[in-house]
Amino acid sequence: MTSLPAQAPSKRLGLVIDLDTCVGCQACVVNCKEWNTGGYPAPLSDQDPYGAEPIGAWLNRVHSFEVGDGAEGRTVHFPKSCLHCEDAACVTVCPTGASYKREEDGIVLVDESICIGCGLCAWACPYGARELDPVGGVMKKCTLCVDRIYNENLPVEDREPACVTTCPARARHFGDLADPESDVSKLVAERDGMDLMPELGYRPTNKYLPPRPRMDRPGTTGAPAALEPATAEGGFLGWLDNVLSR
Amino acid sequence: MHPAPSIVFFTTASGAGYGLLLLLGLLVPTGLVPAERWLGLVAMGLSLGLVTLGLLSSTFHLGHPERAWRALSQWRSSWLSREGVMALLTYGPAGLFAYGWIVLQRVDGIWAVSALLAAVGAFLTVICTAMIYASLKPIRQWHDPKVVLVYLAFAVMTGALLLNATLHLFGRASGWSDALMVGALWIAWAIKFVYWLSIGSTDGISTPETATGLSAQGQVRLLDPPHSESNYLLREMAFRVARKHARRLRALAVLLGLVAPTLLGAVVIFAGGWVDIAVALLAAACGTSGVIVERWLFFAEAKHTVTLYYGARAA
Repeated sequence: MTSLPAQAPSKRLGLVIDLDTCVGCQACVVNCKEWNTGGYPAPLSDQDPYGAEPIGAWLNRVHSFEVGDGAEGRTVHFPKSCLHCEDAACVTVCPTGASYKREEDGIVLVDESICIGCGLCAWACPYGARELDPVGGVMKKCTLCVDRIYNENLPVEDREPACVTTCPARARHFGDLADPESDVSKLVAERDGMDLMPELGYRPTNKYLPPRPRMDRPGTTGAPAALEPATAEGGFLGWLDNVLSR
Repeated sequence: MHPAPSIVFFTTASGAGYGLLLLLGLLVPTGLVPAERWLGLVAMGLSLGLVTLGLLSSTFHLGHPERAWRALSQWRSSWLSREGVMALLTYGPAGLFAYGWIVLQRVDGIWAVSALLAAVGAFLTVICTAMIYASLKPIRQWHDPKVVLVYLAFAVMTGALLLNATLHLFGRASGWSDALMVGALWIAWAIKFVYWLSIGSTDGISTPETATGLSAQGQVRLLDPPHSESNYLLREMAFRVARKHARRLRALAVLLGLVAPTLLGAVVIFAGGWVDIAVALLAAACGTSGVIVERWLFFAEAKHTVTLYYGARAA
């Protein structure tokens, strides 16, 4: 059924992505591909992988942006995957019921056995979170590693999405955003976590933490604005200073 | 948005078929279109043939065409599903209407009711098709109630071109069908012109800054794309060729779709015999080609918000 859950899911599992600490290493992109090409759905295929124009389906991509001008300019690495929106139009436009939002935890998934590959859900997503698999002919999207996070065959510490476990900068956090006491909710509250394109009203579950204020200017780190003056008043160092200053 | 040939063909062909069905359903019971067997066979064959070809071609771009029947299940939420359901439901009264007209040569009583129901079905199906596009918020050129009017007006316009050509073919044309054709042409293109003006004069509400949440930090520019080669998103939603030539293509669409059939329509009034048949057919061919260009532009000129993540300043 492609109608959204009648009641808001009691849990809203999602990611919190820290744009301050992401270093743009692409490790999450690679580990996402690695896990999901062998995971619960059909493989995430590539075509012409060693040729001139390789193309394939990936569920997580890292864009790098330049923000601001001149001395205020900075580089922001920007990972983007499905945001598991509360008002997920990708679900309601689906003509077959393949695209659905889980009532128990809010994860948006595709049932690949009934997907016709019409592509309408990818059009309905403003974030570009869905890619059609060129070989399977079905729509692919982030599953929030649903086959890891509930997987009792994995050690407890590994029951997190592949992108989160692999991030060397700890820029990715996973948890329940409906619970105000969860670590991710506290992080969002503390760092003013934000929605992407809030003006479109999709109410994404995933939140982004903005870059912190710059800390590389005099006075921004708590250290003195300049070094101590180098003039010694007297004694041996004073004499030396006088001699060398002539 | 990438203008897949199968979708451009589908929306044009099925639009023309439903437009013709709408006009026939309304006009045949009134007697304005004579209830003659061979005329009925050609007109209904043309209408239902175009609808069926269009619907079949729309399945060609699917990843799994063999599962297309599943698309009928989600009519509660999905306009694509509603379109499929309405299209199938319309075959019922349309079939009865055709049977009454062609086989029994009756267009009164229940046959008139089925004609009317077929017209209503055609009308609703075209609305569903248009709503598939008009309901998509990420594409501002589509998320506009005028899109529904445009689809309806072009369906009636291409239907009127086909109806007039068919009537001329059977020597059954009269002043009203020429006038209907020219009127439908001008109304459709007037609506389209208002639509073009409005998409050209408004900006999208989303920017690279709202897309990344970084407006407090300043203007956002793409430094490094996330992949060195193309991907599904860029192929499907970042089509740029037409925007470069949009003005010329719009001129071509108006020339083929409005100017040529209007002039040919004027010729038809004064011509007679074989000439008016040839000219009416030519007008229908020109008008339909103009609509194909228009429909191609409808896709190609539409810009998806995902392009904001790939360096576009506005979507």
